Amino acid sequence: MAAPPTPADDFSDMQGLLYTGYGSLPDACFMLLRIADPVAARAWLATVEVTTADRRDVLAAVQVALTVQGMRALGAPAAAIGGFSAEFLAGMAGEESRSRRLGDVGASAPARWAWGAAPPDLLVLLYAAKGTLPTVRQQVQTAAFARAFATPDVLDTTDMGGHEPFGFKDGVSQPTVDWWAKRRPDEEAILPYGNLISAGEFVLGYPNEYGRYTGRPLLDATDPAARHLPPAADASDLRDLGRNGSYLVLRELRQDVRAFWRFVAAQGGDPMSGKALAEVMVGRRLDGAPLEPPATAPTEGVGPRAADVAANGFTYAADPTGLRCPIGAHVRRANPRTGDVPGEVASALARLVCLLGIGRPDLRDDLIAASRFHRLLRRGREFGHMLKPAEAMRADAPDLAAGLHFICLNANIARQFEFIQNAWLQSPKFAGLGDEADPLTGNRAPVPGDAGSATDSFSLPQPNGLRRRVSGLPPFVAVAGGAYFFLPGVRALRYFAAAASSGA
Amino acid sequence: MVAAPVRPEAEASLRRLLATLNCSPGVVDAANEVLPFARFERLHVARLVILEDSTLADLAAYNSSFLNPPLWFAFLGDCDGDGAAMLAEFAAQCADGLRRIFSHCQDFDANCDLLGWMVARSRAPAACYVNWVGRSVQQIREEAVLHAALRGWLAQQGAALAGDSARGIRDRLVAHQRTHGPPLTPPAPTPAGWFARQLANLIAVPLLLVLLLPLVIVGLPFFLVALRAHETADPVIAPRPDATEVATLAALEDHQVSNPFSAFGGVKPGRFRGWTLRFVFWLLDFSVRHLYTRGRLARVGTIHFARWVFLDSRRRLFFGSNYDGSLDSYMDDFINKVAYGLNLVFSNGVGYPRTSWLLLGGAKHEQPFKNYLRRHQVPTQVWYKAYPGLTAADLATNTMIREGLQSASMRENDARAWLALI
Repeated sequence: MAAPPTPADDFSDMQGLLYTGYGSLPDACFMLLRIADPVAARAWLATVEVTTADRRDVLAAVQVALTVQGMRALGAPAAAIGGFSAEFLAGMAGEESRSRRLGDVGASAPARWAWGAAPPDLLVLLYAAKGTLPTVRQQVQTAAFARAFATPDVLDTTDMGGHEPFGFKDGVSQPTVDWWAKRRPDEEAILPYGNLISAGEFVLGYPNEYGRYTGRPLLDATDPAARHLPPAADASDLRDLGRNGSYLVLRELRQDVRAFWRFVAAQGGDPMSGKALAEVMVGRRLDGAPLEPPATAPTEGVGPRAADVAANGFTYAADPTGLRCPIGAHVRRANPRTGDVPGEVASALARLVCLLGIGRPDLRDDLIAASRFHRLLRRGREFGHMLKPAEAMRADAPDLAAGLHFICLNANIARQFEFIQNAWLQSPKFAGLGDEADPLTGNRAPVPGDAGSATDSFSLPQPNGLRRRVSGLPPFVAVAGGAYFFLPGVRALRYFAAAASSGA
Repeated sequence: MVAAPVRPEAEASLRRLLATLNCSPGVVDAANEVLPFARFERLHVARLVILEDSTLADLAAYNSSFLNPPLWFAFLGDCDGDGAAMLAEFAAQCADGLRRIFSHCQDFDANCDLLGWMVARSRAPAACYVNWVGRSVQQIREEAVLHAALRGWLAQQGAALAGDSARGIRDRLVAHQRTHGPPLTPPAPTPAGWFARQLANLIAVPLLLVLLLPLVIVGLPFFLVALRAHETADPVIAPRPDATEVATLAALEDHQVSNPFSAFGGVKPGRFRGWTLRFVFWLLDFSVRHLYTRGRLARVGTIHFARWVFLDSRRRLFFGSNYDGSLDSYMDDFINKVAYGLNLVFSNGVGYPRTSWLLLGGAKHEQPFKNYLRRHQVPTQVWYKAYPGLTAADLATNTMIREGLQSASMRENDARAWLALI
């Protein structure tokens, strides 16, 4: 019997954004589309050439994703739509309870968003070599495109040279996807922190970190519209509409660059400079260097490039109190680099003691969940104007719009994006902290249930045990739009182009 | 837990009445007129819940059925000291409200002795977990005030303390609290009877185990054969829960840092599962009495209180807990930290994801497990927690701060770790 196919064997059916952030194509724009004519939209989808993951060194890339509204507008059958995850079907802004969990309240509430409260139907992402975006856009926006869609809302982006608007190097840490299926974790395995993550955490149709298949629409093989879809790996009599697809989360995050640098400048000076304070709030240096020393042993999925080892070959295990990198620092929250259990499990007895949860005097050393179940492929792009930190600190700094079109790809929105946003970034109770949300992205709303407890502080442990508390952090980031999309495989995209035409 | 069947024609009216105890769905009015929970100073958490069971049809897969099931309504909570005395306080102070509520239940006579009626319908839990045995509501409140006061004093000092040793700073905090407060009430003495019962249990259970050991050794192979036969044959029923029902549940959640979890479902029919469950609860009861009494249930440090209660002559099981964070975090803890514990109990429940050897698999089957859990969850109509902004980790931190403040002396390293808590 031949070896089972790996995700890499299917690169030609996968949209390229799963494999690469198209860093070599610095110009990009994201078009939010509404379907004006479903027939024309299906015709356009049937012919649009999306750039697949097997194509490297391209000069331009086109990616297409759909919301549930888009699927419905295209006339996809309810049986197919119903197989997508509950959070995708409900939408990012669809339920008040979800907004509450995501921290999208107050100034970040969907009612105040520029877009997304009423989700668009489609998302077309265009990537182009320097200066060629208008040409790429013209090639996409054909007459057929114009018939199919209303005038698009376009999210423009700015090439900030790999930095985000606050000035920090962006996208430093990414999971390494196990495209060649080298590992398949046993469900009872206890693993240390690693950066090599099962493809099924990001692409549907492959085993995830539990060694299982994430739920997705599986269709009757006798459905003629589904006959071009690949068979499901875990149910060979069904066709897999999810395979090679991923959920794409898009959020427009507006960053107040002036407020950020002015705040740290006002706080800085003694005992640390504004820049140093900003760096501990982020958890990395401006140039992306970690605050922690390198790990002594190699981390699976980090390297072999020396730059990657330098940037990501570390955990926080040797800094439990956050002396070097505060517990609440942004990157430590976003990826706490925790293994399945705290510390090392050297023997069967140690394993038993650990699983039973006895013999651990510090109540707070096992509060953070295991990282490997909560990772994201980040594919965001910056927008607006760049302002250097020194400029932003000046009293006469201009108030320029800037921010991040945050994009991430994951197979389970609830367990990955929403969990990270809720339990790690927004929670004032992260890792046993009492009352501080993420220093960068926190919405500064009070502790839920206790209107008298603010979450607008950030604490830095000092060598003598005291915690220096920087308080009164203004909001630096507001959410101005967002939606959950499905980034289908190529065959699945053709299914959406054809499904309704055969049914209706 | 007081449990009584609701009169079918009164269900809608009961739901309307329960809604009046809330400010908005999922947010209790702690001073409501029917049951002003906040008035009860020994009360940690309480809930009123209608145990609607939408999964009874699952029994058909086990060639079983449950005709004319009662619709249970439950009133439960956790308090300091004696639960029976707490119920009596409720009966004394909220007689009108309780009568209004229970008048929706079967066999409630407007002229009955309210307390007697409730006591007659009280159910002892099969097991009951308390995050921190012996820590009272008063202690929790005082420790929270203490934490804030110490932090405030440190903030006032600013850089003045930068050169001091951790021990030196602790000494000054101790002196500050002595002169300026806040006052710390010494914990009330634990009744001797409680200690005696605990000790008796601590000795009796292992003793019984040792005595039964020959029987266990002989019986174990038979048990394991039977177990595997059941595990491989028992149908798994874990379809995706209805989206509307999930939305109803979610609408009640995440209004504060903690949430209530109420779930109800059938026990697998047959003597094997019944006796397995009895044994499992015996072990669970022992472990939560003696092993998990200070801040953590196995690896999980986010559960304030939890209880398992049988209904319908052990044919159905209620599980209620009070946990920190969102349900997704809770499920993550279940799956990644204590799957074996969940499996031990709930694999004896109808439709649970397939386990191996009682401990393995089960909850590790992420998606069926999450479906199973949401499908058996019921909305908690009214839920009260005496300290809505505080997690179990906060409470542990505050307790460690007080204990550190009151300890006679401390080494420099310990003082440093202690200061970091503030």
